[in-house]
Amino acid sequence: MNIIVCAKQVVDVSEMKFDSSTKKPILQGVSQKISDIDKNAMEEAIKIKDKHGGKITVLTVGPANAKERIKELLAMGADEGVLVVALDNIDYHMTATLLAEAVKKIGEYDMILCGEASVDLFSGQIGPRLAGLLKIPQITYAMKVTAEKNSVTAEQNMGKNVVTSESTYPALITVTKEINEPRLPSLMQILGAANKPINEYTAETLVKDVKPVVETIDLKGVSMERKNVIYKNDLDESVEQLVNSLAKEGVLGG
Amino acid sequence: MKLELNEQQKMIQKMVREFAEKQVGPIAAELDKKEEYPHKTLKEMAKLGLLGIIIPPEYGGAGLDTISYAIVIEEISRKCASTGVVTSVHNSLVAWPIIKYGTEEQKKKYLPILAKGEKIGAFAGTEPNAGSDLGAMQTTAKLNGNKYIINGDKTFITSGPEAGIIIIFAVTDKEASSKGISAFIVENTFKGFKVGSIFEKLGINASKTSELIFEDMEVPKENLLGSEGDGFKIALSTLDGGRIGIASQAVGIAQACLDESIEYSKQRQQFGRPIAKFQAIQWMIADMATKIEASRWLVYNAAYTKDQGLRFSKEAAMAKLFASETAVDSAIKAVQIHGGYGYTKEYTVERLFRDSKITEIYEGTSEVQRMVISGSLLK
Repeated sequence: MNIIVCAKQVVDVSEMKFDSSTKKPILQGVSQKISDIDKNAMEEAIKIKDKHGGKITVLTVGPANAKERIKELLAMGADEGVLVVALDNIDYHMTATLLAEAVKKIGEYDMILCGEASVDLFSGQIGPRLAGLLKIPQITYAMKVTAEKNSVTAEQNMGKNVVTSESTYPALITVTKEINEPRLPSLMQILGAANKPINEYTAETLVKDVKPVVETIDLKGVSMERKNVIYKNDLDESVEQLVNSLAKEGVLGG
Repeated sequence: MKLELNEQQKMIQKMVREFAEKQVGPIAAELDKKEEYPHKTLKEMAKLGLLGIIIPPEYGGAGLDTISYAIVIEEISRKCASTGVVTSVHNSLVAWPIIKYGTEEQKKKYLPILAKGEKIGAFAGTEPNAGSDLGAMQTTAKLNGNKYIINGDKTFITSGPEAGIIIIFAVTDKEASSKGISAFIVENTFKGFKVGSIFEKLGINASKTSELIFEDMEVPKENLLGSEGDGFKIALSTLDGGRIGIASQAVGIAQACLDESIEYSKQRQQFGRPIAKFQAIQWMIADMATKIEASRWLVYNAAYTKDQGLRFSKEAAMAKLFASETAVDSAIKAVQIHGGYGYTKEYTVERLFRDSKITEIYEGTSEVQRMVISGSLLK
């Protein structure tokens, strides 16, 4: 079974700070990582490969230094990587278009696995857009995937409900974080990753004249001010005031 | 000149850091409290290749450089100094001398077992009356047919009660002083091998430390490491490398002190603002961070020098001396920043304070490091 895993390089959001006056995120010096849920997609691909054999290709659209992130997934268990070098500020439409063209370059495949969304922008659009462009079936928000020889079944996490869906191949599946615990590569796997191939394309060689359909005007952090209310009356009175205030804010259920 | 880890070293750092955060850190306080050896962690570490870091691939290891080794020890020690020292001893004091001085048969027999973590390694040099003065050791080895008969006591042996493969030192020729000491590879199943008292310690409580007692212990002749009389040389060169490990452990402890202090000082409010806003705290944080940075580069420098195949005794001694004193100093500051809370077992810095002190003592005290450094300068 040939599997393509789409993975995105993102900034480590836990290290991110915001400029207090402009509220803009400070991205300089923040380290880069593979979007966490994409690692779940990778782990699931390895499990399916362990069962059925085949090949795993990691596909990334991103800046040139995303190559190092691809190597992390090669260490984890992917067989080869494909990097489409593109500018940082492309929109979902452009990213999905580039991914679709790169998938065509990769050739025969049975399954495409993506994280449900990336941990930086969390739009959740890339998987569905890619399936649409490739005109293949998709199963989103999979919390369990069972890949058989001729079809794949997945349990979809739809909030209060779990929906079981089945598809023939090729199919695109987006997975949620609860699906598995991604493995860590061993030292030997890290060493071995250096010898696995990574094919690089530039965005221009894959797609001519693709334009963004979304214009990003600005990106700002939201600051949440604390109300700093202190009730200083006697206990019974303070409790009542606190309950009333919470009810007024709508934070008490009921 | 490039003062930067290479991509592979960065990936290793990332992997080990994630492992330590997920699997080492969460149980560190409990293992310390129960004085429990990190068996489960070591099994997981073996799967990741962390017990065969420097062992060549043909014997089942990763065959990595000393800088990668230092990175691993720092990251593990940052979350648990006990697990850090067990890993350091296993790799640098047991695997290394076998790689360097072992026969092909010894390498084939012992290195894969160490790499897979099937047995943990220990190093037994110290005796009740021979610590820094290793040449004063009294354990004897006498060749009898195809076996050496070894008698004596060793003490303060990290992993002593748990280790399956132990590098030991014994006198084979009393007249030849330090040139009469020989090294042996011993298994804990050999007849006459006994574990003595297990010590109750101030810190690194999850690393079991004990006496080892040899009573007419029978060691096959083929388990002599190097030639007869090579023991002192083997011990000193092995400890040079071990010091890079202990220095890395010290950097890990110090970094943990800094991590905890930054987090706490930003949250703890006094006089209406976080204590991080006070210059007294800021200066302590700045001093800690500066010394840690310097320590880490001293470690990398020693590791780099070793990897170049050059003499590195002085560099390793400098790294060990400075990093261990930085660990103790950082731990004192970290407890001070935490105030009363830092003195309680509720907070990690209390353990770091206890764990830090040993780095100034084992694998050569700070005084011995100063002897090594000055000795190489005043020749």
